Amino acid sequence: MTLLAIKDLVVRYGAIQAVRGVSLSVGKGEIIALLGANGAGKSSVLNACMGLAPKAGGSIAFDGVPIERETTEAIVRRGMTLTPEGRRVFAALSVLENLEIGAAASAELRRRGRENREAMFELFPRLAERRQQLAGTLSGGEQQMLAIARSLMSQPTLLLLDEPSLGLAPNIVDQIFDLIASLKTRGITVLLVEQNVELSLDIADRAYVLAGGDVVMAGSAQELRASGGLERAYLGAA
Amino acid sequence: MDFLVQQFVNALALGGTYALLGLGLAVVFSVLGLINFAHGELMTLTGYGIFYALFLGLPFPVALLIGVTLATVSAMLMERIAFRPVRNSSPTTMLLTSFAVSTILHILFQNLISARPKAIPIPDALAGAVTIGTLQIGAIQLISIVVTALSLLGLTLFLKRSMLGIAMRAAAEDFNVTRLMGVNANMVISTAFAISGLLAGVAGILWLFQRGSVDPLMGFLPVLKAFIAVVLGGLGSLSGAVVGGFLLGFIEIALRAYLPDDALAYRDAISLTLVIAVLFFYPQGLVPRRESVR
Ligand SMILES: Nc1ncnc2c1ncn2[C@@H]1O[C@H](COP(=O)(O)OP(=O)(O)OP(=O)(O)O)[C@@H](O)[C@H]1O
Ligand SMILES: [Mg+2]
Repeated sequence: MTLLAIKDLVVRYGAIQAVRGVSLSVGKGEIIALLGANGAGKSSVLNACMGLAPKAGGSIAFDGVPIERETTEAIVRRGMTLTPEGRRVFAALSVLENLEIGAAASAELRRRGRENREAMFELFPRLAERRQQLAGTLSGGEQQMLAIARSLMSQPTLLLLDEPSLGLAPNIVDQIFDLIASLKTRGITVLLVEQNVELSLDIADRAYVLAGGDVVMAGSAQELRASGGLERAYLGAA
Repeated sequence: MDFLVQQFVNALALGGTYALLGLGLAVVFSVLGLINFAHGELMTLTGYGIFYALFLGLPFPVALLIGVTLATVSAMLMERIAFRPVRNSSPTTMLLTSFAVSTILHILFQNLISARPKAIPIPDALAGAVTIGTLQIGAIQLISIVVTALSLLGLTLFLKRSMLGIAMRAAAEDFNVTRLMGVNANMVISTAFAISGLLAGVAGILWLFQRGSVDPLMGFLPVLKAFIAVVLGGLGSLSGAVVGGFLLGFIEIALRAYLPDDALAYRDAISLTLVIAVLFFYPQGLVPRRESVR
């Protein structure tokens, strides 16, 4: 069953056309990787899904409902959220407060806030030791964990992840990818934007490759690995 | 010694009023990036609200309540009617919109009410002084200090403890990511305006106690001072607005108390020079706003 269906999406910032008619679909329970070089338009696709980037055409449906005209907060309440590129934790808020606000979407979530927070601390023990610490003083890896935990507080059915491995040490990157793979067993579907092709294909069911705002390759992880066209897609878009 | 304490109390009272006004400006600026030049008109509205409530024969406390409520509701209406349609426009557009709102209200006050001051009779109980040992403290000063302290405490508790308060602090750092948490953008902005109106109303009452009358320009000077206080503390930083407000209050009272008589006319010029001197060493203000690390 298709959870997210993007058709002919166009994103334009003034004169710059960042996304030129991208179509992709994410099935329930899948992990989908969206790969591509810098400036390929990956973040623009995710931001457009969340109503945070200017859409100039195309349609986006979540769980069968068209959402291209909805506000960001309404989309979150439907069960889709984004962990943005560069982590963007609330630096002046404590770890606890960052998680608290992650549950702001509904009264039901707020009521279960404490319970869900403890579940997050179990998932990320490093955060548990730093509850009262200001998020701005966390290490990069801890901030990324907090950013993901904060997104999970809204109990999404579909999580969009924008370059969670950006700027992190290899062992932390491994931890983060293990976590992403484990989301599947929790019933969370993932659309993962990454530049780390190897690790992404390891955990993804299918992948799309973006170059210059277009989908240039798509297929199962094995197919893409075997085709050897990935490097060309990266080089061609640079 | 008594003279010193007396001036200290005066400075706390005046600085507190600037702090409340500055906080109102800063709360809106922190979430919307807008300096609301119509903030002074909210103060003035409080004055007229109290004037007409008393005119209708309502008891004094009820009149005060009406004044504050009027400022709060007007601030929310301002946002809904004037600022929401231009929210995604350039900062200049929003700034000009706030000038327009300010001018329109000002003209309405002049033409529908009066360009001349309307007297507001302050109850005798407030005109007296409280004696503590050998010290005489004006009841109004004392009330100003207590009300300022309670307002600051209330706002702090709201920002620290409530979900909406946390959301407002988050929105001040990163508005879009706050929306990604499912926080309603309109609600956050509307609350910011409600708080700024409430604070303008409370400050308006304290200001009225000092001067005993309301005219169309009542809010202009104090809000200009509050704006200076906000810049002094660091634009967009809430604690900065409070620090800046009190510092400006202390500077003004110190100059008033210690400047020789023939230099008193230059009081504002001297205090602004001091402000510029501070900004020279702290260009971001004394307590700069924290931005999220990107
Ligand atoms: N807010 C914006 N305003 C103007 N142009 C933008 C904006 N955001 C992105 N762009 C442009 O759109 C194009 C695609 O950017 P996007 O961020 O979607 O790429 P990306 O694939 O996520 O790149 P990266 O891997 O570096 O994050 C780029 O040319 C970029 O300069
Ligand atoms: Mg990107």
